[in-house]
Amino acid sequence: MKRIIAILLTVAVGIFIFTGLYGEDSDFKAFGEKNISDTVANSYVDKNVDADRESPESGSANVVTSIVVNYRSLDTLGEVTVLFVSALGVALLGGFLKEKVTFSVKPGFILKNGMKIISGIILITGIYIFIHGHLSPGGGFPGGAMIGSSFLLMYLSDEEFKTKITAFKIMEGTAGSLILIIGLAGLSIGGYFLYNFLPNGNVGDLISAGIVPILYVLVGLKVGSEISNLLGNFLNGEVE
Amino acid sequence: MSQYLYIILMLVGIYGLLSQKNIIKMIISLNILELGLNLFIISTGYISGSNAPIIIFENDTNFVDPLPQAIVLTAIVIGFGVTAVALMLARNIYKKNGTLEIDEIRGEDND
Repeated sequence: MKRIIAILLTVAVGIFIFTGLYGEDSDFKAFGEKNISDTVANSYVDKNVDADRESPESGSANVVTSIVVNYRSLDTLGEVTVLFVSALGVALLGGFLKEKVTFSVKPGFILKNGMKIISGIILITGIYIFIHGHLSPGGGFPGGAMIGSSFLLMYLSDEEFKTKITAFKIMEGTAGSLILIIGLAGLSIGGYFLYNFLPNGNVGDLISAGIVPILYVLVGLKVGSEISNLLGNFLNGEVE
Repeated sequence: MSQYLYIILMLVGIYGLLSQKNIIKMIISLNILELGLNLFIISTGYISGSNAPIIIFENDTNFVDPLPQAIVLTAIVIGFGVTAVALMLARNIYKKNGTLEIDEIRGEDND
């Protein structure tokens, strides 16, 4: 009976969404037919490739990065704060559990030895991704998640593995306060919080786009240490 | 057409949230709902024949809309945080009650 009610509710929500989006009188553009020349995204794209300018407003080659870390960098700061609060919540909830997570299947030979080869490669790839966040796809969040996945592999392959949680906490706190210090420096130099006060350089160079790569490296370090910290708290279930 | 698929994925997530009684299955349903929503938001910015919004050649602005991608980047991180806290709560519930089925969880006796 409950399942029938659930199906009916889902179908009602589905009809509501479909008629609202694809009905006769909706302004929603069909898939693939959007025109960005009249949206706000147009100015983000245009500012970057304006050939008449000596230095484009945001010199980062990846337009998504220039939105995330330049135009909406205050929002990114809030996003990192949400991740920090969630890591704090996991640590607090883990304080009620006193035992470690134990796996019913012991790590095998291939997992143990493959981890030694592959975890360093994953770690370095994560660092590469957040250093090149303003040039190529990726950035601080995917790179940080890759660092976290490398530590997850270490936790899975060795039951006795323990990271130094205080080291991660120091790294996370340093990266977070450096983001704030850069933001305050922008406030004193340019008049806006997180103002891009460094020269932009050539689009496509590794050192370009002002404070964007610096901020993204700091975001990557903060996210990576937060995820590793969270995994340690989740699997060990203790606060020290 | 693939936009329909993403909306159906969202509806599968809503159905799972409404019908499932196991906490882990509810968290998975929440993730499916979020995945469908993220894919749908990205698909609203798609323009056929356009490239990824990364500047390679000068004056080549034939890009898809970068704004939905930037928003989804935020949404993915928030979803990760929500899932982490939800899984930790599920661990606590299992420790206290010995079960993950919400039908079998009983409150503390008052007498």
